[in-house]
Amino acid sequence: MAEPPRAGRDPRHATPARSVGGVPPHPEEPPPAPEATGPAARPGRHPLPGPGPGPGEHTLPAEHTLQAEHTGLAGHTRLVERLRTLRCGLRAYGLVAAMWMRSTMTYRASFAMTALANLAATSFDFAVILLMFTHVDTLAGYRLPEVALLYGAAATAFGLADLAMGSMDRLGRRVRDGTLDTLLVRPAPVLAQVAADRFALRRLGRITQGLLVLGYALLALDIAWTPLKAAVVAMMPLSGAVIFAALFVVGAAFQFVAQDAAEVQNSFTYGGSTLLQYPPTVFAKDLVRGVTFVVPLAFVNWLPALYVLGQPYPLDLPRWLAFTPPLVAAGCCALAGAAWRAGLRTYRSTGS
Amino acid sequence: MVRLYAVVAAGSFRRYATYRAATAAGVFTNTVFGFILAHTYTALWDERPGLGGYDLSQAVTYVWVCQALLMTCATMGGGFEDELVERIRTGDIAIDLHRPADPQLWWLARDLGRAAFHLLGRGAAPLLLGALAFDLALPASPLPWLAFAASVALGATVSFALRYLAALSAFWLMDGAGVLHFSWLAGMFFSGMLLPLTVFPGALGELARLLPWSSLLQIPVDVLLGKRTGWALVHAYAFQLGWAAVLLGAGRLLQSAATRRVVVQGG
Repeated sequence: MAEPPRAGRDPRHATPARSVGGVPPHPEEPPPAPEATGPAARPGRHPLPGPGPGPGEHTLPAEHTLQAEHTGLAGHTRLVERLRTLRCGLRAYGLVAAMWMRSTMTYRASFAMTALANLAATSFDFAVILLMFTHVDTLAGYRLPEVALLYGAAATAFGLADLAMGSMDRLGRRVRDGTLDTLLVRPAPVLAQVAADRFALRRLGRITQGLLVLGYALLALDIAWTPLKAAVVAMMPLSGAVIFAALFVVGAAFQFVAQDAAEVQNSFTYGGSTLLQYPPTVFAKDLVRGVTFVVPLAFVNWLPALYVLGQPYPLDLPRWLAFTPPLVAAGCCALAGAAWRAGLRTYRSTGS
Repeated sequence: MVRLYAVVAAGSFRRYATYRAATAAGVFTNTVFGFILAHTYTALWDERPGLGGYDLSQAVTYVWVCQALLMTCATMGGGFEDELVERIRTGDIAIDLHRPADPQLWWLARDLGRAAFHLLGRGAAPLLLGALAFDLALPASPLPWLAFAASVALGATVSFALRYLAALSAFWLMDGAGVLHFSWLAGMFFSGMLLPLTVFPGALGELARLLPWSSLLQIPVDVLLGKRTGWALVHAYAFQLGWAAVLLGAGRLLQSAATRRVVVQGG
């Protein structure tokens, strides 16, 4: 698919600066020192992805690694480098996202309609719950405001992750048609570029309706609030969003291998957010076990929200797990980062 | 002429059949959603047995048959419409208009070929897996299945006619994404994909059952569950055929209005 705003932005970047089957040199992954000095360092070629006019203050990762070897300050330098990469990544993300926002705003009527449609489409999930509650007073032991709390937390968390990283499921297409090469030769972290690709502001719709339902739940619920419970409610959407974002990254890493099978990750992202909108008592024990211990979705909203609601925990889990979602989110990020780097290393271009 | 469209449909079938990994991934996703929704329906029907005229087993069957038909009816997109809108936006549509084939029939043939593949490739496996995991109320004799197949074919035609109308809006708006989104929304809400239309309250339910989208999921599933037999079955077919005729006719009118608007830029 043609992407006019990007093609020909900088013709110098059009030639992939790497050997066939070589490890793509890009800022996120400084190549290890021996390789940079060994046969992989191609003579007569700049060891870096083009000194182009990208984000200005970006420095050369390979040199950094070499420097580290010489000075023996490897740990410190690596940290500095990580931070620099992070800053560079955020900046690249901002630039690409801003470009897509401008591009979206070219067709204003269409944007207004898609944003509204997004809001409506995501509201349908809650409409189903409302329709169900026109026929019953409790669903698997939960009243409507309680289900609304679960729903609001899950929808807001997923909406935030979807806004930030939702475009990552397009990676399989890029791997298939070879347009990922263009991203590899740009002097910015690939992850940031892929995540910001086709940044869709219309996804604010999902966050909006999630927050509305969450607001309704907080008004309608009759809870003896404590500072701790309030903190848990505030934490849920944020740590939940990080867990979902990590899922998006793992899904994208999987696409390096699976390519066409992009839809599998929808089972975990969209499927997961649908699952979390209902109380755990609705589902079979094995399913609850799976989303607690294998894919830690239960930490997005079930465990913290059940603590706030004073509902019994599934699987006899200990109550203190309600406070662990930030830790789980951090762990998910570490795993997702490792998966992403492993996935990126397996990438082989489609050729011509 | 009929041969041409048959070839187009067969080509479209093969085109979708090429992506086996994508099909397997889709089957996986439909199955996961089937499990999630079957559990939520079970929770609801446990509280209210017989809701909407279905018993628990029929309600769970409803979930799995809907998952099997989702892609066939392209309720949430995935059909031809993105491609048609893109061709209108880029101007490639001018080439299509020169072809010795009617655009509407051409795209109808393509979409029916796709629907046939999605019915077999994406529909059969989740239904089978659902039948293994849950107690489904599927008919044992072949006759209800044949009646079901005919109803699905009519539903796919109605679905095409609706999306064709939506896609043609790109001739006026240039970017048809917004209108397509609304067309998918209406499909999601009124087809019975969220909950059976018989569970919708009062006037909303009455309205939903009269709109064309009920042809996509609600009617075929009811036919399979044996809710429509004899004259009720004839009535269901007539309802689907009627909407198909009206919407295809509207598509023809809009198409001739749209083609008069096309200005081919030089170059």
